[in-house]
Amino acid sequence: MTTFRLNGRDVTVDVPDDTPLLWVIRDEVGLTGTKFGCGIGMCGACTIHIGGRATRSCVTPVSAAEGADITTIEGIDPEGNHPVQQAWREIQVPQCGYCQSGQIMQAVSLLKDYPSPTDEEIDAVMAGSLCRCMTYIRIREAIKKAAANARGDASNG
Amino acid sequence: MIKRIAAAIVGIGVAGGVGFLAYAWYPAIAPVAPPPPSTFSAAQIERGRVLAAGGYCAECHTRTDGVRGVELAGDYKMDTPFGAIFSSNITPDPETGIGHWSEAAFKRAMRKGISRDGTQLFPAFPFDHFTHMTDEDIDAVYAFLMTRAPVHSVKRDNTVGFPFNIRLEQAGWKLLFLHEGPLKNNPAQDAEWNRGAYLAEGLSHCSACHTPRNLMGAEKASAPYDGAPVDNWIAPPLNEHNPTPVVWTEDEYFKYLRFGSAPLHGSAAGPMSPVVHGGLSEMPESDVHAIAHYLAEIDHASTRVSQDPKALAWAMKASMKDLVGPQVNPNAKLYAGACAACHANAGPQPVEGRPDLALNNALWLDEPTNLFQVILRGIGTTEGISTVSMPSFYHSFSDADLARLATYLRATRTTLPPWSDLEKKAAEVRKTLPTPPVASSH
Repeated sequence: MTTFRLNGRDVTVDVPDDTPLLWVIRDEVGLTGTKFGCGIGMCGACTIHIGGRATRSCVTPVSAAEGADITTIEGIDPEGNHPVQQAWREIQVPQCGYCQSGQIMQAVSLLKDYPSPTDEEIDAVMAGSLCRCMTYIRIREAIKKAAANARGDASNG
Repeated sequence: MIKRIAAAIVGIGVAGGVGFLAYAWYPAIAPVAPPPPSTFSAAQIERGRVLAAGGYCAECHTRTDGVRGVELAGDYKMDTPFGAIFSSNITPDPETGIGHWSEAAFKRAMRKGISRDGTQLFPAFPFDHFTHMTDEDIDAVYAFLMTRAPVHSVKRDNTVGFPFNIRLEQAGWKLLFLHEGPLKNNPAQDAEWNRGAYLAEGLSHCSACHTPRNLMGAEKASAPYDGAPVDNWIAPPLNEHNPTPVVWTEDEYFKYLRFGSAPLHGSAAGPMSPVVHGGLSEMPESDVHAIAHYLAEIDHASTRVSQDPKALAWAMKASMKDLVGPQVNPNAKLYAGACAACHANAGPQPVEGRPDLALNNALWLDEPTNLFQVILRGIGTTEGISTVSMPSFYHSFSDADLARLATYLRATRTTLPPWSDLEKKAAEVRKTLPTPPVASSH
């Protein structure tokens, strides 16, 4: 049995300790916004927050989340209006969209650490989040837009 | 004449032997009826609970291999160069635990390493440290243990081979290595240092893991706190030989020992996790401060700390290496793809919760053991920083990948010579994991 908080509510699951957290979130709890990509923690599609920090859920055993406070893409804003989600819509970032919940979760975490990130900081932190549609240019732009919105800049920085 | 000399030699030998036996022989202490809980006050039991946590009784007296045993019921498998030793049941079960042990028998075990029935205990049980504890503290631990639920549990047999399985030899060992009795107060140091010394050298027995052992399994007096392998990990040096670029200061030690993470060194993992989360986190904060204070004296932090700003600046520059622009080095790409999202740091110092690898203990040790352990196992919320976790890359990386990653990090995030035989060492560390920490997603 593993117990944790998921998007603000308590969840207890009875699955083997080595079950990937991603399976628990998708198959046991039924939240399917978090995606399965590579299954080895190398693409970022399954990124969620554990204790506010971006974490690859496909290679995290559920036992490593005992007592954790977990947030998925469904939980960052009840209306889907997190500043990063707003910026994503303004810039029209996604193409196919499959990797985007992971990209957004990683970006939210990036902005917590670096509220006004440089290109270098964005590259360093986002490099592990792959996009086969090559939306990287718009991802970077949207991150800067979200940072600017949070600062209250008139321009998009 | 010759006969007389021979007789004299035999005589001396016999007398010596008899003398040794007299020294080595201890009587059994009569069994007592298990004391009813009302024997002990609630305050004493609580004091004992905190001390038992700070001495990590449960860490070595609870089975962890194969099945998880009941806490304190023993059967923890400790691999030593002499064979495997399985710890004893220290719940008050009369038949298989210490239910029949009087306070005097318990105290003798803690002070002299003698079991209730008079047999010599192996120094895998750190009585050479517990001997320094006060009567009051030992009595409190006794009160705590004797008020636990008794668990009927028989431990497995030790695999210590001949001649080391002759328990009488332990008496000789003690003659050489046991310094029985309380530590002397050091008047040259303040009260906090002396409290720290009492805890670190006695109850919390830091050097039991962090000091290398000699051929007889005793801590090397010539190399205190020089670091040593333990349970397939490396307990790093706690003296000035600790190689991390930034010094372990009192503040770093305190954060690490209290909360499981030192911002400029890394997280508590492996055997150190329960030391923090099941042990020191239960102690009064002032006691953890005292241990930190004492350890910072051992590594001469105050005389070395002036170099830290330079070292930190170097590390922060190294942290962002190879992360900007296109990369052709496949090892750098491996790092950028798998690790940098959580470990890359920009700015003057690491962001809290982004453990920086250029500062991390695991990269600066002589062997890559701890680095491989952490990459393969990950770090759960019961370890390290308790609110976050690191995934397990057990299925992500082959041994060759682990070797490439370690080569790359050692070359770019430290100033030390390269590690050798990395692929082989990665395979060896992988073999120490009983099962993959996470199921394969494929």
